[in-house]
Amino acid sequence: MPSPHLLTVVLAAFLASLVEFVEALTIVLAVGVTRGWRSSLMGAAGGVVFLAVLTIVAGPALERIPLTTLQLVIGILLLLFGMRWLRKAILRAGGVIGLHDETAIYEKETAALRLADSAPIGDGALRPDRPARLDRLALITSFKAVTLEGLEVIFIVIAAGAGGMLLPAALGATLAGALVIGAGFIVHRPLSRVPENALKFAVGTMLSAFGVFWVGEGLRFPWPGEDLALLGLIGGFLLVSLVSVAAVRSSRAASANASTGAQ
Amino acid sequence: MNALVSALRELWGLLVEDATLTIGIIASLLIAAFVFPAVIASGEWRGPALFVLLALVLFENVRRTARRR
Repeated sequence: MPSPHLLTVVLAAFLASLVEFVEALTIVLAVGVTRGWRSSLMGAAGGVVFLAVLTIVAGPALERIPLTTLQLVIGILLLLFGMRWLRKAILRAGGVIGLHDETAIYEKETAALRLADSAPIGDGALRPDRPARLDRLALITSFKAVTLEGLEVIFIVIAAGAGGMLLPAALGATLAGALVIGAGFIVHRPLSRVPENALKFAVGTMLSAFGVFWVGEGLRFPWPGEDLALLGLIGGFLLVSLVSVAAVRSSRAASANASTGAQ
Repeated sequence: MNALVSALRELWGLLVEDATLTIGIIASLLIAAFVFPAVIASGEWRGPALFVLLALVLFENVRRTARRR
């Protein structure tokens, strides 16, 4: 039977990568619809090739770093990354900042690309009615989206799989990628029904828990319950997040009441 | 050059969004690395103590942000 640690690694990599793939898909779809599919897909493919080369070149270098140093560095990066997500998810759930809306991002991106289309750009080869030529703006936009979101996926896979679990983490990310790309092919629209804030909540919780765990390992702190401590940390961060959302909501309600009373 | 600066800025943005949260996290890690070994005798409590410190940093950060906006 798979260990709880292994399942947590697969789940964390799957959920975190799902969010990143959805964000990349939104941009690639917006570019494809407005500027033509050929350039959009070529830009996306270029991003995938760039990431593959980066992984092949940088991957073996990671194996040369002493394990405790790697755990400490990965743990610190995970904490910065995970707690940033968690903070944003708490503020969104508490109503302090707006929810991430893939449909709105898609509309904004397509509007911007259409606007760019009406202006003369570079060599004039950017019109969708000239599909034989490559569209530089479409190529760059798709390439950038895939590269940036893909870098996050690679980081998540390395971080979640840091304790000799790279394969399960990569499996989780691959499943997420296949799911999002498959859905993108079918619907040809941004995946707006993905509960992104709930996912960010779950992922922020898991990444932060992994971060504390790896920092502890890197500093040679013995964890009570060893690997099972990870589940306790996930539960702990979840509890803190829920309490924080309640505190943020009551703080906002108190501010609203105070401003109503003052009027 | 602009593309490189833009890429580095995007990468930086992946890790740092709110400077006070980042400073709080780094301060907690420094305390864990240099103060915990001196003040917490039992090694098994150092990890949970680090979690508590980070949880407090997060809680305080979101509460302060909510009050500001």
